Amino acid sequence: MDVKLRVWRQNGPTNDGAFKEYAARGISPEASFLEMLDIVNEELTAAGEEPIAFDHDCREGICGTCGLMINGQPHGPQQGTATCQLHMRKFSDGATIVIEPWRAAAFPVVKDLVVDRSAFDRIIEAGGYISVATGSAPDANLIPVPKDAAEASMDAAACIGCGACVASCPNSAAQLFTAAKMAHLNLLPQGQPERFLRAIAMVDVMEEYFGSCTNHGECETACPKGISIDYIAHMNRDYLRGQLANSRLAGQRG
Amino acid sequence: MTATESRTDSAGKTRRPLPWPVRFYQSDVGKKYVMAITGIVGLGFIVFHMLGNLHAFEGARQLNEYAEGLRDIGEPIAPRTLLVWIGRIGLLVALVLHVHSAYTLTRSNRRARGSSGYEGDRTYLAANYASRTMGWTGVIILLFLVWHLADLTIGVELANPDFARGEVYANLIASLERWPVFLLYVGAQGALALHIWHGAWSLFQSIGVNNPRFNHWRANFATTLATIIAVGYLTVPFSIMFGIIH
Amino acid sequence: MAITLDSKVPAGDIADRWSNHRFSIKLVNPANKRKYKVIVVGTGLAGASAAATLAELGYEVEAFTYHDSPRRAHSIAAQGGINAAKNYMNDGDSIRRLFYDTVKGGDYRSREANVYRLAEVSNEIIDQATAQGVPFARDYGGLLDNRSFGGAQVSRTFYARGQTGQQLLLGAYQALARQIGAGKVKMHVRTEMLDVVVHEGRAAGIVTRDLKTGEVKSHSAHAVVLATGGYANVYYLSTMAMACNATAIWRAHLKGALFANPCFTQIHPTCIPASDEFQSKLTLMSESLRNDGRIWVPESSEDGRPANQIPESERDYYLERAYPAFGNLVPRDVASRAAMRMIDAERGVGSLKNGVYLDFADAISRLGRETIEARYGNLFEMYERITDENPYEVPMRIYPAPHYTMGGLWVDYNLMTTIPGLYSIGEANFSDHGANRLGASALMQGLADGYFVLPYTIGDYLADYLNVPPVPTDDPAFITAEQEVSDHTHRLLATRGTRSVDWFHRELGKIMIEHCGMARSRPGLEKALSEIPALRAEFHADVRVLGDASGLNQALENAGRVADFFELAQLMCQDALDREESAGGHFRLEHQTPEGEARRDDIGFSHVSAWEWRGPGAPELKHREPLAFDYVELAQRSYK
Repeated sequence: MDVKLRVWRQNGPTNDGAFKEYAARGISPEASFLEMLDIVNEELTAAGEEPIAFDHDCREGICGTCGLMINGQPHGPQQGTATCQLHMRKFSDGATIVIEPWRAAAFPVVKDLVVDRSAFDRIIEAGGYISVATGSAPDANLIPVPKDAAEASMDAAACIGCGACVASCPNSAAQLFTAAKMAHLNLLPQGQPERFLRAIAMVDVMEEYFGSCTNHGECETACPKGISIDYIAHMNRDYLRGQLANSRLAGQRG
Repeated sequence: MTATESRTDSAGKTRRPLPWPVRFYQSDVGKKYVMAITGIVGLGFIVFHMLGNLHAFEGARQLNEYAEGLRDIGEPIAPRTLLVWIGRIGLLVALVLHVHSAYTLTRSNRRARGSSGYEGDRTYLAANYASRTMGWTGVIILLFLVWHLADLTIGVELANPDFARGEVYANLIASLERWPVFLLYVGAQGALALHIWHGAWSLFQSIGVNNPRFNHWRANFATTLATIIAVGYLTVPFSIMFGIIH
Repeated sequence: MAITLDSKVPAGDIADRWSNHRFSIKLVNPANKRKYKVIVVGTGLAGASAAATLAELGYEVEAFTYHDSPRRAHSIAAQGGINAAKNYMNDGDSIRRLFYDTVKGGDYRSREANVYRLAEVSNEIIDQATAQGVPFARDYGGLLDNRSFGGAQVSRTFYARGQTGQQLLLGAYQALARQIGAGKVKMHVRTEMLDVVVHEGRAAGIVTRDLKTGEVKSHSAHAVVLATGGYANVYYLSTMAMACNATAIWRAHLKGALFANPCFTQIHPTCIPASDEFQSKLTLMSESLRNDGRIWVPESSEDGRPANQIPESERDYYLERAYPAFGNLVPRDVASRAAMRMIDAERGVGSLKNGVYLDFADAISRLGRETIEARYGNLFEMYERITDENPYEVPMRIYPAPHYTMGGLWVDYNLMTTIPGLYSIGEANFSDHGANRLGASALMQGLADGYFVLPYTIGDYLADYLNVPPVPTDDPAFITAEQEVSDHTHRLLATRGTRSVDWFHRELGKIMIEHCGMARSRPGLEKALSEIPALRAEFHADVRVLGDASGLNQALENAGRVADFFELAQLMCQDALDREESAGGHFRLEHQTPEGEARRDDIGFSHVSAWEWRGPGAPELKHREPLAFDYVELAQRSYK
């Protein structure tokens, strides 16, 4: 199949960028979207033009490195799928495909389609962990975790940190990412001692970089792992309780 | 991790922590709580006001008596009109907070979005017309509110030349019989319904009310409430236009 | 320089060795730890856990990754699970049994003491991960669930859905993030290590290239830890991530670290076959699929009918036929080779005839679609996303793909390479899996090394250098290394040939998978050994890398990685040729039983082959570390 591409090219963080048009010819519908870009890049290299820079790594939808805005949708038209698992059969022959980088002030463009998402790491460094030094852990079965809680925690922990939530959000908010990372730990008994400190620390850093939530729900549909905005409500609740609760009573139950 | 109780100023000096409500309101999440709670206050008022409006169908005397009766609430324990003034001040505070948080959040969202938006078209899947126009519907409602107070509460000459204090029923008909006013009223109610349709669902998320058992009710609640409010408010001007109330 | 391979395995009963060793090695006083700087390269399971733990202990740590975040390392893609000898299922598991299974599964080519230690600390890993908030699967009582994996006789595999690697990596990443936040680890992202600096015989630091700015920079430390993963990307098409490479360990090898057992590579039988020539990678599906799926090919190589129209009588369930006792559950290497034989006989299926069927029709009719969906739903979904075929309706197509490399830098019991002060952990070293790795053991080893072994053993080396500052980065050793790195980079850019980096990588991959893949033979390996240097020469004469070195240049990064694969590929073939036996993942056609099974040579090859670099063009020199098996009896595997 043949497709026309409009690709954002930008030489560096401080350069101006612009769309450039390319033709991808004779692409197999079995090819993945990134393989299509590989082929275009091979042709560009042969023709003496620098290949298109785009982030990618595992190509099996788990590392979260890839992320392109494809025809106005993060990760393209197939829901629940990262860019690397999108295949060309989802496009029609002769179509024009617009490819842009994620756009947000906190995700500056590094080059072409590559953006810097290190603001996410700052959020985790602020509190997205359980403080347990190596070797100090009790037996794993000492604390039972209700199955539903473990499953809900796992649903949140499935986040791959790709940034599609921010890319899709009209406010460039990172609520879904932050909420998922927070819920992963806050839903577990192991996460309770630091639960409210964590909520405040993570939200504070999140707000340094990202916008606020208007409950559009775009992030949920853009998320390749289908993480629910329910977690955003949990985060808001934990944030309020973190602000209000008397931390000296945190050891009490009920 | 440590809680950020103390803060540092631009010179790097540690300053005394701000009092709790200010600190809470400084965060975006805190502002969303304020938006939601002031929104609930507003919703309460809107429903109450709508029920009051329906007295128009009982006739002039009943409506005027109801309007005057509002000033008597709390008597004889509280002095006359005290409670209505407390209510007015409360509503005004809620309104100011609602608008201020909306304004500052919008500004911070713009900053977060940065200078370069998407150059290509965006395809929205979940965001709907209501959610994406909250700012605009909010501004329309605010402007309408100013006009509405001038027209029917204060009776500014420019807005309603026939205004007479205490003659609520007559004022209402005199104002809404005018085509432009009727259309303005209907348009504003449309904006209000859209605003509520998104807001009355969204507020649950903002204040962290989320339970899979009840979640599907939240959207239904918002749709029902928006519909009731729109229908409730529109019956009066339509009835005037079609001569049912005269 | 004469190299003696001292494995430093402590004496005594195997069950006491690790605790005795920890008692006898030197310690660094807690107050002095901050005086030491340790560099950790790579932030996968091994690297992140080591960096976090070293920082918790008080060392000053600098960590490096070429990714944009430590959380992206390819450990994240591991699906199945992690083994531990907890015996929570009460089915007779023990440290001893996990040790035994691992040595046996490794086809008796691993170091007993290391494997025993691995089994010992496996339990601590589960405790640690659980306390970190890794959401392992649980039963309704709230306790941890285990499953049986990879043909093990006991249920000892802990798992978090099909994303165990992701969850364990996030645990280690979060521990690391905590130390970064606390200022105890300095994290360098998008920074690729391009050389190790050795000063007066000891590791003194590394040279890196900042991938965003192109800046080449030196970093010095008291010790350097390489946690840079395996080298299966030498095959081009593998289950590795696109950027996985051998540059760090290869550079260390060129600087004097011996490379052990490079030919021990693992091919995973249940991957999705390539669909066209431009396929960039192969996707693995959990081995658990073989529990219910039946593997077959058409009887006739002429058969072009769709699977559903081929009658039972014209299907060949070749694993069930050849291995009636184990059937479709034979070990990975056996299943992989059998599939390869079918495809070589032109009985493969799919439009490129490069797969075999994995059929769930029987299981669906026996257990019902719902049961199958509950067990494999997410895998079926993934398969459909990639192939656009519905595995509930038509059989899956699978093919083996390179997946893990057991070989790596030679390390002693302390995980130190033959360069003092240079350590290697996780998949980057050779230590624990012998000739074949068992399912769910990779995560275990990476975390064992990073959390529980290296942070203690490194003190034994560091203790001798108290108050000795690291070599300054303006030392000639660093200046020379920086210059070499810059020259290498500029040479790649200056070539301006006609062929892309990927083209060379693909060609190298074809040679390697054909001659040094699932089955190896003397003529094939000799052919590869003549083809690889030619391809390498062509690469340096004709590669085309555009752009410059002053900013992000992905083709340039890739060119450097591929350049290092050529020499490694050559060493793999040399090792495969030298090892005149079949063991685990290394199958020599000359060494098989009449039934076509692997035949080890325990007299001639019960040793680790550790290779020494002797300059470009010169064949590498082999050193032997003899392997003694005092606690596990040697036996020939049989799955008939």
